[in-house]
Amino acid sequence: MDFIMQPWPWYVAGPLIVLVMAILILMGKRFGMSTNLETMCSIGGAGKFTDYFKTDVKSKRWSLMVVAGVVLGGFLGSHLLSSNKNVVISERTVANLRELGFSSAGSAYLPAELFSMESLSSPFIWIILVLAGFLVGFGARYAGGCTSGHAIAGLSNFQLPSLVAVLGFFIGGLAMVHLLFPLIFGS
Amino acid sequence: MRNVAFLLVGTFFGIVLYKSEAASWFRIYEMFQFDAFHMYGIIGSAVGLGVLFIQWVKRSRAKSFQGDEIIIADKQRNFVANAVGGILFGLGWALAGACPGPMYALVGAGFLSVLIVLIGALLGTFVYGLLKSKLPH
Repeated sequence: MDFIMQPWPWYVAGPLIVLVMAILILMGKRFGMSTNLETMCSIGGAGKFTDYFKTDVKSKRWSLMVVAGVVLGGFLGSHLLSSNKNVVISERTVANLRELGFSSAGSAYLPAELFSMESLSSPFIWIILVLAGFLVGFGARYAGGCTSGHAIAGLSNFQLPSLVAVLGFFIGGLAMVHLLFPLIFGS
Repeated sequence: MRNVAFLLVGTFFGIVLYKSEAASWFRIYEMFQFDAFHMYGIIGSAVGLGVLFIQWVKRSRAKSFQGDEIIIADKQRNFVANAVGGILFGLGWALAGACPGPMYALVGAGFLSVLIVLIGALLGTFVYGLLKSKLPH
């Protein structure tokens, strides 16, 4: 049982993610984790502001069940199936992050500097978290999908739009980490 | 009954995302620093096996569990939107250290401040809906 309690290696995780995609496709649905944000906007009444959100919510209920499951899965993975929640990242990454002020690097699952309850006393952290989420939500809709829909399902189906989007994901991610992080977090 | 099945598939996905550390902010940062193979291995092996699965579905004309024809829709071809949206998404992915799936798993794991990120994501989705007709597509 010990291998379950340890972090799962990539060659276990990758195939299991495909299994999830395969089951959803065989259930007559699709693999994508960002369209549900649109459904939640529709449920919240966003259709009053623009027709974009006037969709048949009932036909998307399945994706909200998947979301509820993912929340539950995160709970089970963290509370029942993990003996140690520290993420062992490469020493070079730890050194880089320490320099940026992330002293929790190497000894936590998420950086305490951004996600601990104490950090929420800083308005700066609130801005970072909301802005990061905003970019993910806006970008996913504009690009037509996120990591699951484009990078995994789209590339698996040889979709050129997905390749363009995934190149975009990496350009954006590299720019954030290499160009903007030193400006945002550097002292 | 089908709803329970979707809930279970989601639960399994959430466990995989958490246990593989694909939901860890640190792993995303490490990926963009090219300091480890881990995330590339996850995405790469998923795409490799995904190609085999989709080809099998198409060539064997596999039916869904309910016996219906499986239609795998093409992604909308809109290279400006794919590229610009993709770059914005990438900026957010690296800053939040999570894409939408992992965000939900993290909330379940007890990181309640990720709810703020999710509120931001809902806001971003909403603003996209408002601006869609004015954006280059």
